[in-house]
Amino acid sequence: MQISEAWLRELVNPPVTTEELVEQLTMAGLEVDSVKPAAAEFSGVVVGEVVSMEPHSNADKLRVCQVAVGEAEPIQIVCGASNVRVGLKIPAALIGAVLPGNFKIKKSKLRGELSLGMLCSEKELGLAADADGLMELFEDAPVGTDIREYLSLDDKIIELDLTPNRADCLSVEGVAREIAVLNKMDWTAVEVSPIEVTHQSVINVTVENEQACPRYLGCLIKNVNPNAETPLWMQEALRRSGLRSLGPIVDVTNYVLLELGQPLHAFDADKLTGSITVRVGNKGEELALLNDQTIKLDGEALVIADDKQVLALAGVMGGEATSVTDQTNDIFLECAFFTPISIAGKARNFGLHTDSSHRFERGVDFTLQQRAIERATQLIVEITDGSVGPITEVSSAAHLPKRQAVTLRQQRIEKVLGISMANDDVTEIFNGLGMQVEKHAEGWNITPPGCRFDIAIEADLLEEVGRIYGYNNLPNSSLLMRSELGKAEEAVLPIARVEDLLVDRGYQEAITYSFVDEEIQAAIAPNDELIRLKNPISSELSVMRTTLWCGLLNAALYNTKRQQSRVRLFESGLRFIKLNNETVQQKMLSGLVLGNVFAEQWAEKTRKVDFFDLKGDLEALFHLTDCDVQYSAVKHSALHPGQCAEMFNATGASIGVMGMLHPTLEKQLGFETPVFLFELDQALVFNKAIPKFEVLSKFPSVKRDMALLVEEKITAAEIIKNIHACNEVVIKDVQIFDIYRGEGVDEGYKSVALSLFLQDAIQTLTDSKIDAIFNNVLEALSININAKLRD
Amino acid sequence: MSANLQEILSQGLQAIAESTDLTQLDQVRVSYLGKKGAFTLQMKELGKLEPDQRREVGQVINKAKSEFQQQLEQSKTAMQKAALDERLASESVDVSLPGRGQSVAGLHPVTITLRRISKIFASVGFNVVEGPEIEDDYHNFEALNIPAHHPARAMHDTFYFDPHTVLRTHTSPVQIRAMEANKPPLKVIAPGRVYRCDSDVTHTPMFHQVEGFLVDTDVSFADLKGVVYEFLRAFFEKDIEVRFRPSYFPFTEPSAEVDIECVMCDGKGCRVCGHTGWLEVMGCGMIHPEVFKSVDINSDEFTGFAFGMGVERLAMLRYGINDLRMFFENDLKFLEQFN
Repeated sequence: MQISEAWLRELVNPPVTTEELVEQLTMAGLEVDSVKPAAAEFSGVVVGEVVSMEPHSNADKLRVCQVAVGEAEPIQIVCGASNVRVGLKIPAALIGAVLPGNFKIKKSKLRGELSLGMLCSEKELGLAADADGLMELFEDAPVGTDIREYLSLDDKIIELDLTPNRADCLSVEGVAREIAVLNKMDWTAVEVSPIEVTHQSVINVTVENEQACPRYLGCLIKNVNPNAETPLWMQEALRRSGLRSLGPIVDVTNYVLLELGQPLHAFDADKLTGSITVRVGNKGEELALLNDQTIKLDGEALVIADDKQVLALAGVMGGEATSVTDQTNDIFLECAFFTPISIAGKARNFGLHTDSSHRFERGVDFTLQQRAIERATQLIVEITDGSVGPITEVSSAAHLPKRQAVTLRQQRIEKVLGISMANDDVTEIFNGLGMQVEKHAEGWNITPPGCRFDIAIEADLLEEVGRIYGYNNLPNSSLLMRSELGKAEEAVLPIARVEDLLVDRGYQEAITYSFVDEEIQAAIAPNDELIRLKNPISSELSVMRTTLWCGLLNAALYNTKRQQSRVRLFESGLRFIKLNNETVQQKMLSGLVLGNVFAEQWAEKTRKVDFFDLKGDLEALFHLTDCDVQYSAVKHSALHPGQCAEMFNATGASIGVMGMLHPTLEKQLGFETPVFLFELDQALVFNKAIPKFEVLSKFPSVKRDMALLVEEKITAAEIIKNIHACNEVVIKDVQIFDIYRGEGVDEGYKSVALSLFLQDAIQTLTDSKIDAIFNNVLEALSININAKLRD
Repeated sequence: MSANLQEILSQGLQAIAESTDLTQLDQVRVSYLGKKGAFTLQMKELGKLEPDQRREVGQVINKAKSEFQQQLEQSKTAMQKAALDERLASESVDVSLPGRGQSVAGLHPVTITLRRISKIFASVGFNVVEGPEIEDDYHNFEALNIPAHHPARAMHDTFYFDPHTVLRTHTSPVQIRAMEANKPPLKVIAPGRVYRCDSDVTHTPMFHQVEGFLVDTDVSFADLKGVVYEFLRAFFEKDIEVRFRPSYFPFTEPSAEVDIECVMCDGKGCRVCGHTGWLEVMGCGMIHPEVFKSVDINSDEFTGFAFGMGVERLAMLRYGINDLRMFFENDLKFLEQFN
């Protein structure tokens, strides 16, 4: 909300500077966003009057004017504005004047005619962004007066960013009340005198929905002068609050809205049929609004209707058909209280947000309507000479909000705020805020005023005490409270350790969006059921990721398009999948590598990363855990059918997938080099066995190598599994150290060279014992997988 | 000394002098001192002499042999030294060349920041907990005292899946889940991703928050101020000014917004702080009795405070990052700056 400092100071004028005032407001919870001058810097401009005017002999569009500026003789000014005329009062910039933008006015000759100044438009004075002619001042403007003084331009516009609980400060009066209490002084409410009724016509009002509209006041004002103009002071007040002048009737309703916080609406009474009804709009009914938008009602929103049609969206905006125009003679002025719940969300449902809906949603003082309609009527009569009828009021006390006393216990001030406060200070604060205070043994009973919708419980009162006392004046205390000793869980591997391992192996951490492009998602995981956002930001961010690969591939592409030929990324985060119709949010760890294994370096011949580089990284990761991982060749929609492994833990649960991005996808996505990916389920991986000590063997360990000829289809894992299956307890480890194909090995076969590491806990192994074990193993391999010892 | 012996010695010395490497030198040693070496043969001849002559001649031979040996050792030492010098010279490297192997990468600045925040709070016994990102309306709004149609919902641009399921708009629902699962006293921080349907220069539809709260029998606003104050000074490693402004959150009462003295201009006023000298860094307050009610905690017995902060914002201020959107572009040139 934008508000003029001068306007505020008319109601309460504390002896503080603008800076201090702004600081007070911010620190009381009414955050000041900005303070701007009411008008740009300019000087040397006075009220002038065109006393005579002649055409310019050398230019069709120019006029040579004699302008009275409060000096002995009028001065000559050449002017090209279309609305210049004799008798017009305008701002006149004299020689030596400096206009906004440091534009200096000098004595000049325009096509041969002397010009001793300049007649100004609103734009030239920085009062408006646009203008289509000179700024026309009122006839009573005193010639020669400095225009800044005449328009009170030495004012500041304060922009407040109010929180939704402080609807009471959405008016000049509301802010004035707050300033008064902060400065421990009184403020002056706007004086409103009762209306003098000059005719007896009324328009009947029926409220069908009293819950939503517990109070509705109406007043018929006849014969308003359609040519009346809004007084300059009101126009300026509106301008400084960011509102345009739209004619005196609308201006008055806006002015009262700003002054008191009560939204009002004026209908053109001649366009109404029969009586007024406040009801819920029927589904499908249409209403053309003032902003040229036509809405279709949803069967929930409250409307104002007459016997023929819907006139307005209650508390939000009026309709075009019954709006006040410069032809309007009679008006029907509406001043109602709509409950916050009945208006909340309604404007937004139609994509609207108005000054009126903003206030009703948050709560308008329900005791204010009589005063507000009297104030508006008084101003309308002053400006337009209308004749006023009696005020019609429909209200339902049962449905109006109640203001009940809330108890504040003295001891809670100390417990929650950490200060003790004297009775008088508490009373002063709450009285200043317009609340009734009643002292009792344990504290106070405090009743909030109609304008406060945010005081319902003790904590709300505590906030008021803290706020007015000043949060910064409340003490700071150091954390001295009950503490338990921390945990040191050894069976859970912290994700940080795993992240650090990947970082140390050259993986850069990425963070990508949890929602992704449906197309990429479908290309990578066409079988996953999608979880779609109802209101996505864009189609590129419309479905929840079922794999972190979507984001990582995107991030990799972003970098390869920027001349990065080597990318290593990982990400930790949730994926979102549907499992038996339930949404499952699974914590995953994923990685991506492409390009060379190592960054370009002089001492090593570099090569492209491959499947086993990635596997080496994963094995290092698993080494941190007690996962006994089995790798199985599987098919995966996103991966190369020959370079794709699913990983299983000892219980047979699938813990993740790794492999090369399918060459088709590689091309489709726009990569120019193979991409390797992995994804792990954190819950199944990040467990850790607590180590258990084993006695060391005192006897020497022996290494025996064997080279086996096996068929191509026999995997390394099968060979090792078969060796362990021999149950020779002295075989401590088996390591493959070479795979050979070629001369000496038949087509369809491969030679696998491996080492057996043997050690006995109770004796030195003899050669004969070792030979026996070696032969047992060989026999088992020969029987089970048809392996032969290579000569 | 006999002419013969003299001849042997001078030839031997000559041979040593003519040796160019250790192998040759060793050959010389063998041919003079070996089993059939010239000096050895001379010694063997001694047996043929009379005992009194034997001693005299023996001394002469030994003297010549010793002179030869001395020269041999000298020559050997010199050659060994020369050989070592040569090897060292040939093996010297340009130590300024880079080492080989895998390069080390780094963590995302958000993770770095989250880890620092967690570390500071963990040091005084706060437990780190996490919660779901797809959240139900109850935990994201209702239980936090934000009923349907509450104006505060307009402050959250919410992503919906259906009318009752949302992407969490803040980490505060973790507060509810933690209080549902555990009884006070509680000291918890909850870091994580949050989502708002908003995207422009200063907003990304996903960002990170850290929610923290503490519930015990005697917690006051003064404790909240103390914790927030100490945290901010620890985080920025600087004795910065901190101020508390009244604000509004449905789930705290009293509520406050916390400003710090602008770390870019030391509070003098600059573009980053909008020339106010202050930067808004977090929201906080005393946990609202309605929130306690929704998790069955007696608000007369227990009080508590909660706070929430934007991680990207803190990271931007800490590292001087000027564009929020960079966090999620994952440009290596950006990410590597934090390695």
